[in-house]
Amino acid sequence: MEKVKKKIGSFSFWNWVIASIIFRLILIYFPKNLNLSSRPEVSTPLTSFRRLAEGYWLKQSSMSSYAGSMYHGSPLLLSLLGPLTVKRIEGQPNHLLYSLVSVIADVVSAMLIRATGQNLRLAYLRSLESLDLVKQIDVSEFLCSGDIAALIYLCNPFTIVACVGLSTSPIENMAVILCLYGACSRLIPLAAFGWVIATHLSLYPAILIIPVIFLLGCGPDSPPRKLFLQRHQQKEVLNQSKLPPGFSWRPIIHFAFWAFLWSVYVLVLCGISLKQFGGLWEMFKSTYGFILTVEDLSPNIGVLWYFFAEVFEFFRNFFLIVFHVNILFMILPLAIRLRHRPCYLAFVYVAICSMLKSYPSVGDSALYLGLLGWFVNELADMQFSLFLFCGYVGVSLLSPVMHNLWIWRGTGNANFYFTTAMVYACLQIVLVVEGVSAMLNHDRKLRILITGKPQDAKS
Amino acid sequence: MALLRRPLLLLLLIVTHQFLQFRIAFGSVNEEGQKQEEFYEELLLKPLPDRKLLTHFHFQSSAPPSTSNGRHHHLFPKAISQLVLKFQVKEMELSFTQGRWNYESWGGFDPIPSSNAKPPGVELWAVFDAPQHLIDALWKNLTHTLSGLFCASINFLESSTAYSAPEWSFPPASGKLRYGTLPREAVCTENLTPWLKLLPCRDKAGISMLLDRPSIYRGFYHSQRLHLTSTGSGSEGMDPGIILEQTLTVVLQPDSQRASLAHASEKHIQPSWSLSSIFGKQISGRCVLAETSSVYFLLDKGLVAELEHIHKENEKSEENVLISEKFWNNPSFELSAKPDRIFIEESSLLSKNASVLYKFEIEKYGESEPFDLGLFWKTPVVWLCQQAPLHANRFLMGSGNERGAIAISLKSTQSSEGFMGSNSNDERCELRVDVFQVVPWYVKVYFHSLQVFVDQQPKAVSDIIEKIHVSPSKDKVSPGVMELVLTLPCSVSSAVLTIEFDKGFLHIDEYPPDANQGFDIPSAIVSFPNFHARMVFLENDSLNKSPLLSKFQEKSPVMSYTEVLLVPLTTPDFSMPYNVITITCTVFALYFGSLLNALRRRVAEEERFLKDKAAKKMDRIPLLLSKLSAKLRGRHLEGPQAPPASSSFINSKSVLKVILIAGLAVYWQYYFS
Repeated sequence: MEKVKKKIGSFSFWNWVIASIIFRLILIYFPKNLNLSSRPEVSTPLTSFRRLAEGYWLKQSSMSSYAGSMYHGSPLLLSLLGPLTVKRIEGQPNHLLYSLVSVIADVVSAMLIRATGQNLRLAYLRSLESLDLVKQIDVSEFLCSGDIAALIYLCNPFTIVACVGLSTSPIENMAVILCLYGACSRLIPLAAFGWVIATHLSLYPAILIIPVIFLLGCGPDSPPRKLFLQRHQQKEVLNQSKLPPGFSWRPIIHFAFWAFLWSVYVLVLCGISLKQFGGLWEMFKSTYGFILTVEDLSPNIGVLWYFFAEVFEFFRNFFLIVFHVNILFMILPLAIRLRHRPCYLAFVYVAICSMLKSYPSVGDSALYLGLLGWFVNELADMQFSLFLFCGYVGVSLLSPVMHNLWIWRGTGNANFYFTTAMVYACLQIVLVVEGVSAMLNHDRKLRILITGKPQDAKS
Repeated sequence: MALLRRPLLLLLLIVTHQFLQFRIAFGSVNEEGQKQEEFYEELLLKPLPDRKLLTHFHFQSSAPPSTSNGRHHHLFPKAISQLVLKFQVKEMELSFTQGRWNYESWGGFDPIPSSNAKPPGVELWAVFDAPQHLIDALWKNLTHTLSGLFCASINFLESSTAYSAPEWSFPPASGKLRYGTLPREAVCTENLTPWLKLLPCRDKAGISMLLDRPSIYRGFYHSQRLHLTSTGSGSEGMDPGIILEQTLTVVLQPDSQRASLAHASEKHIQPSWSLSSIFGKQISGRCVLAETSSVYFLLDKGLVAELEHIHKENEKSEENVLISEKFWNNPSFELSAKPDRIFIEESSLLSKNASVLYKFEIEKYGESEPFDLGLFWKTPVVWLCQQAPLHANRFLMGSGNERGAIAISLKSTQSSEGFMGSNSNDERCELRVDVFQVVPWYVKVYFHSLQVFVDQQPKAVSDIIEKIHVSPSKDKVSPGVMELVLTLPCSVSSAVLTIEFDKGFLHIDEYPPDANQGFDIPSAIVSFPNFHARMVFLENDSLNKSPLLSKFQEKSPVMSYTEVLLVPLTTPDFSMPYNVITITCTVFALYFGSLLNALRRRVAEEERFLKDKAAKKMDRIPLLLSKLSAKLRGRHLEGPQAPPASSSFINSKSVLKVILIAGLAVYWQYYFS
């Protein structure tokens, strides 16, 4: 019976995957791509397709691709994707090849998410088994979180829009997912590669090194180690084999070695491609420098553009530091509290970055919403989930309307659009905070199940 | 009386003595055979087809290279020579313009429009004779100097976002050129007065007497230009010779009241005018300091052809009535004064017609008999001015405040067919067009989106564009510059260049006070290097004396400026900074606080556990604290503000804190005082 169910499940999974690919292709063939590539939600100065094309044009006319302030991406991306921006096939939409690359990147990311999700689910079941909680928690009701996460990622309108809108975020997301997948399945070179590329492309994934170290050091998500010890104390038999492995430094040293190797490799490649124009320093200045100093004030779904358009010039540096440090300050508390769940930690980091980064786009939201799917079982009793869902739908409908009113019709003003950006930021805050507390509550619930003190279930 | 007379005599003696010395010095220079400082004043009048009149004032002062350190000049303005010396200016041109030259009806091929039609506002370019790394600094100082000299906001050209360094598309092509425009600069009399001060006679005598402010500024087009070239002296210690050319081009509409009275039935007749009716003044004598002082009256090629045609129809007599004896009173028009000379343009091979130039010497006239040239039309005439091969227009495409496109359209003019005719025998007849376009940084141009349409057909960019030089704009640092060389087939009837851009978003401080008015994109310059605006007149013997006519003879490429574009940019809410700062910070605080709270929140059971733990630890903590407090108290007891220590433990803790802070404060105070 279960086999049949599984079969149906997997069958419908592939159906959904194919349906989402077909939907993307239909949208690609739509005339002028629905102008998605110039939407502020999709293309930020970092991920914009037109800027990529401009960078490639400058490179082709033997100028530095960073001449002028148009292109702020990686020179490697320019070498790989640049030729696709000019290649045209007769009778086909303009950027067909580029769109196909984005679709492939999306599908690959979804497959990696699925594999990682299955990995996580197995690890979770194993840890439940070792805690002897299999009877108390109905395992058969467990959803196949890998499939769900992959489907959320593939069918999320944000992902579709980012893919069809020709932004580079599908590639950036793929690098992040590659990193997590490699760390989960202990493919250390792959994890290091993913981490280096993701950092190179968009800087913020650099903080994912902490979850990756935990993943490699202690293995994938499991309930806190203390619980296992408590359980074994209760049973008064210390079965070492059932305990999760302790922290081991060997894979981390491996990872560091590989990360070093890959980053040298990437830097050498960049250096070669920028040899005659200013070299690596110019690259760092116009990619990372551009990200950190928020030079471009064109509207996006984040809050920083309006803030820095309005703030007084002499406070600018102070607030730049404050906003970037806000991301860094949260790293340590989260790492301490969620160290037994590195994948979840990675999700929280990605969500925080996509909320506080200087040029956020819907592609970033698509990534963390996809990763959220991994934890459907653990986060089953998260609060405000309906509110959040409605909020996301509402904001993604209202934000284009406000943008249109302000920019195109001139009947609204900047505050209209900024309000939706504010609401969006608040929604993400609620999601992160509620997600974190739901996960902590889940761990508490497990401990209560072990120690058997139902009276303390509520705080 | 005698007492009074003596100092007067003395004064007279001193004055005459100085004058004599001056004469002697002057004479010695003469004896050395060096050129003297010279000043010429000229005025050119030319009727325009659309019932308007072009008046073109041309003043030229020149200072020869000299060894006398250039401290003193007789005629040449000292401010200019100091400026040239200090900033090592090789060539410079500054123009103040109000209104737009109407290329379609006022012509675009003659020397007058191609060197005197300027973009609205201020245009400044300068070529420096200095090492490359010094040029930007020299330019900045030059802008400030000129800004003070001409009472204009030329100093805004100082910022690196306002000027550019064209490489080859702007005519005096050299790497040491800087070019900047201020399209929105308002031009008025406060700019004209310092300009007039550079003339030896100001506006007190000579032709410049005509410059009556209300009538000049009532004109349709008004361009005041200052061009200076310094001829490098070569030898060390010599100051460079400078030629300063000041022109004022005004297009005026003569009052057609008289004409309509006389010929009420004829609506198409050109309005009759005289100098006194246009300017309300007459020329009462020349400026005595000027070498020559003359007024020219120019009849355009097309007009001459038309007049001859009319004449032939009427009388069937021999041709060239315009240069015959009674030309000033011919059937078409009547001149109120008898010209001293007549020049006929050396007719080129292509067209039989040639322009005719009448010259009037001012020397003959004086206070008693002021010079007043008048023209009285008898028959209606319709003619066309000579056009540039292509007529350039520029416009914006797209709507909304997010993105748009700039289109430069080049339309073939009818009259250009004549030029093409000569080349059409060749297999590959090509028309070369240079385009020079500067865009401010907030108009973010995508150069890869450049498209070319020839005769409404999209063409591959590489087919049409022979050479391209682009320097992309850097945000808040430099403007974008685009220089193109197009080669179009001669048979082209229209060519359009389009380029897309995104509109930038500025910081609130960067918006001008009237932010909603929009931002200007400076004019593009379209030049035709294969065509030369040139007028060569016969009877060359007297031309050396007239700088205006020798200017006409110079080979200069035909140039035209396009319109200034007004780009509206989105504005943020200017009243919001405090709200935005507080609201955003609140959201950030909400994030930080609530996440931290979620992380450190404990449920009841955990809290109890922690309390037990804390209770165990309590034994050690007071011990440590009391030790510490004792130590600190011992050290701080000398402090006059230290309160007496209390015995109880809780008090001692709080007292300890107070002492600690007070001690810190005292230390701080001493350290910084």
